Amino acid sequence: MKRIAQIEKKYIRDDHPEFRTGDTIRVHVKIKEGDKERVQVFQGDVISRRGGGTAETFTVRKVSAGIAVERVFPLQSPNVARIERIRAGQVRRKKLYYLRGLTGKSARIKEQIIESSKAKKAKAKAAKPPEVTPESPAENASAE
Amino acid sequence: MKEILGKKLGMTRIFKETGEAVPVTVIEAGPCPIVARKTVDKHGYDAYQVGFGARRKSRLTKPLVGQFVTSGVEPTQYLREVRYTDSELEVGAVLKVDVFKVGERVDVTGVSRGLGFAGTIKRHHFSGGNKTHGQSDRLRAPGSIGQSSYPSRVFKGMKMSGRMGNEKVTTLNLEVVDVIEKENLILLKGPVPGFRGGLVKIRSTNRG
Repeated sequence: MKRIAQIEKKYIRDDHPEFRTGDTIRVHVKIKEGDKERVQVFQGDVISRRGGGTAETFTVRKVSAGIAVERVFPLQSPNVARIERIRAGQVRRKKLYYLRGLTGKSARIKEQIIESSKAKKAKAKAAKPPEVTPESPAENASAE
Repeated sequence: MKEILGKKLGMTRIFKETGEAVPVTVIEAGPCPIVARKTVDKHGYDAYQVGFGARRKSRLTKPLVGQFVTSGVEPTQYLREVRYTDSELEVGAVLKVDVFKVGERVDVTGVSRGLGFAGTIKRHHFSGGNKTHGQSDRLRAPGSIGQSSYPSRVFKGMKMSGRMGNEKVTTLNLEVVDVIEKENLILLKGPVPGFRGGLVKIRSTNRG
């Protein structure tokens, strides 16, 4: 199967931005009406990505006029003209199917604040020393 | 007619520019050097014996070594006869995937996957019995296999359970979706008989 993955690479587009489950994205979809072609925009949250290679698809969910709409797009399809990543979401699951049962405030996705690696390191350094000292006597006490 | 040997690599899907998804089988076809030639005068029919795949010389029997030495061709894993009528070819010439062009139609012959002893539902697409209405043990049963005192026997050729697969199968009229000459690959629309890694013969079709 490795061989097939290699062959698929030739047919995989590299013009899509990186995006993950939980992100809000805008998908520009080519739509054919008779012999006319136009582009429609569909904006919503990515609630799933599945499959791999040329067969990968993603599901976008949006609530429009009180009615939730979900669309599944093949990632590699030429009908997906463009993808824009609007907002990075912070989620703890790969598939957000639980959103289907939620409405209003609880159906929101927390925004992920993307830190630069430098800021992350500085934060980790500041957080580490105080954690170690109070913990070790507590552990000894429970062991006795 | 054009014909070439290949190895089935597996299936995937690719998109046409129109957005249509096409299921394709990827086959590594050729290069197939011509090892010998059969002629009407000498053998009663016209054909080329072609090789495919690499094989170590130490793995061959002595008669085969002789064949490869006289033809001056590197030893190959497979040797098969093909009919190739598009042009006159000499021993030592090499058939490559580029004999087929995108948009052409081909037939593919291979040995189907052996499924072992299979029941009538899998083997002959019988519909099976009821799951409910007081039935037991009848879900995948073949049902009646004939009448009673006349004819007092089961007719020949009655469809029953038995060995399935592992036989020569040809799929007809497949579209060539892509040809990648550099890697000897050909992409055909739809499935092809056999396991991944199995030997297949690709030939131009005679179906419209």
